Amino acid sequence: MTPVNMGTTDVATEAHGEGTGLVFHPLDQFIVKPLFGEGPVHWYTITNATLWLALAALSIVLLFVVGSRGRAIVPSRSQSVGELFYGFIYKMVEDVTGHDGVKYFPYIMTIFLFIFFSNFLGLLPMSFSPTSHIATTAVLGFGVFIVVTLIGFVKNGIGFLGMFWLSDAPLALRPIIAIIEVISYFVRPVSHSIRLAGNITAGHAMIKVFAGFAAIAAVSPISVLAISAVYGLEVLVAAIQAYVFTILTCIYLKDALHPAH
Amino acid sequence: MANETTVVEHGADAVAHGAEASGAAMPQLDPSTFSNQIFWLVVTLVVIYFVLSRIALPRIGSVLAERAGTITNDIAAAEELKQKAHEAEAAYEKALADARAEASRIVEAAKAEIQSELDSELAKADEKIAAKLAESTAAINEIREGAIKSVTEVAKDTTKEIVAAFGGKADAKTVSAAVTARMKG
Repeated sequence: MTPVNMGTTDVATEAHGEGTGLVFHPLDQFIVKPLFGEGPVHWYTITNATLWLALAALSIVLLFVVGSRGRAIVPSRSQSVGELFYGFIYKMVEDVTGHDGVKYFPYIMTIFLFIFFSNFLGLLPMSFSPTSHIATTAVLGFGVFIVVTLIGFVKNGIGFLGMFWLSDAPLALRPIIAIIEVISYFVRPVSHSIRLAGNITAGHAMIKVFAGFAAIAAVSPISVLAISAVYGLEVLVAAIQAYVFTILTCIYLKDALHPAH
Repeated sequence: MANETTVVEHGADAVAHGAEASGAAMPQLDPSTFSNQIFWLVVTLVVIYFVLSRIALPRIGSVLAERAGTITNDIAAAEELKQKAHEAEAAYEKALADARAEASRIVEAAKAEIQSELDSELAKADEKIAAKLAESTAAINEIREGAIKSVTEVAKDTTKEIVAAFGGKADAKTVSAAVTARMKG
């Protein structure tokens, strides 16, 4: 390859780009890269993912520790927001899992707040959404799956398997139903984690695609409008996906605590 | 020289290839970053969990419990005060009723006293009037008797004079008997 050649290929790429419209990189925002310098990403490297995970943790500390430091009977604004989260998740855990599920409330609160704050921090321009990564959501999803399964066996012994054996179904159908139930049980963590990552990724990628169209002057007003609309939708999705992940966790926990339907 | 060009060419190729690979595949599916993400995620979750379970949640829980307790106490205190107010009102009503009863009792007693006094005064007055009446009646009778006596005497004298004027000698005894008989008639 000569420089001349490279020049021609550049021209060709440009022409190609103009032919199809524009060149988009909607997925570049998800690239995990070292925060300081270049080089490979080791397990201990401080990356942009590390930064935004830390910011999520920091936000939670600010709201829940610094915000509630007054311990006021009549709460300050930040304290009442923290109390709102507390009451909301506490009620959800109590309603879904019953009274014996309340001792798992701190775990569920951790999951909810992490997803909620990651989702919303991910909506900042130039940010990074840990929850858009299947590696992150799979840890959460499979973590919930493993913990819930262990709780089920510890609490109910081998009787936990009775969850798959529906005694009110006709005897002939029970083995078939049991197989379906077992498969659906093992699909849970997969759907649990892909649902969250898929929602966040799709929304962020869509915003980026619309942003790419803004390079064409004639289309840019529509593009800006579309970005605003999708952004509004993403605000909803950020909250709803955190809620959905949490309530599914509660439902799985309820199944482990009370396997009899 | 030729060797160098090959290296450059190779490098460029590799860069292009790398760019193509990262452009085509989703960064989410790049396994080389998984260990990094998982490690830092676990660190973050552990930090959040400890901050929440050790500091934030017990604090907020105790504040909420304290608030619920305060509200319950306040409601109980308000209930108690309301009860007291009701009692005070009842006591006031009772005192008022008692005072009214006492007042009407006093009025009744005063009325009765006045009535009895009035009755005794009336009786006294009646007695006095009766005594006066009797006295007066006696006086009138006396006067009437005196008058009758005078009239009898005047009649006897007049009769004697008339009889004498007619030239008769009037028997005093007969005349007075006749006059007395007439007077009785």
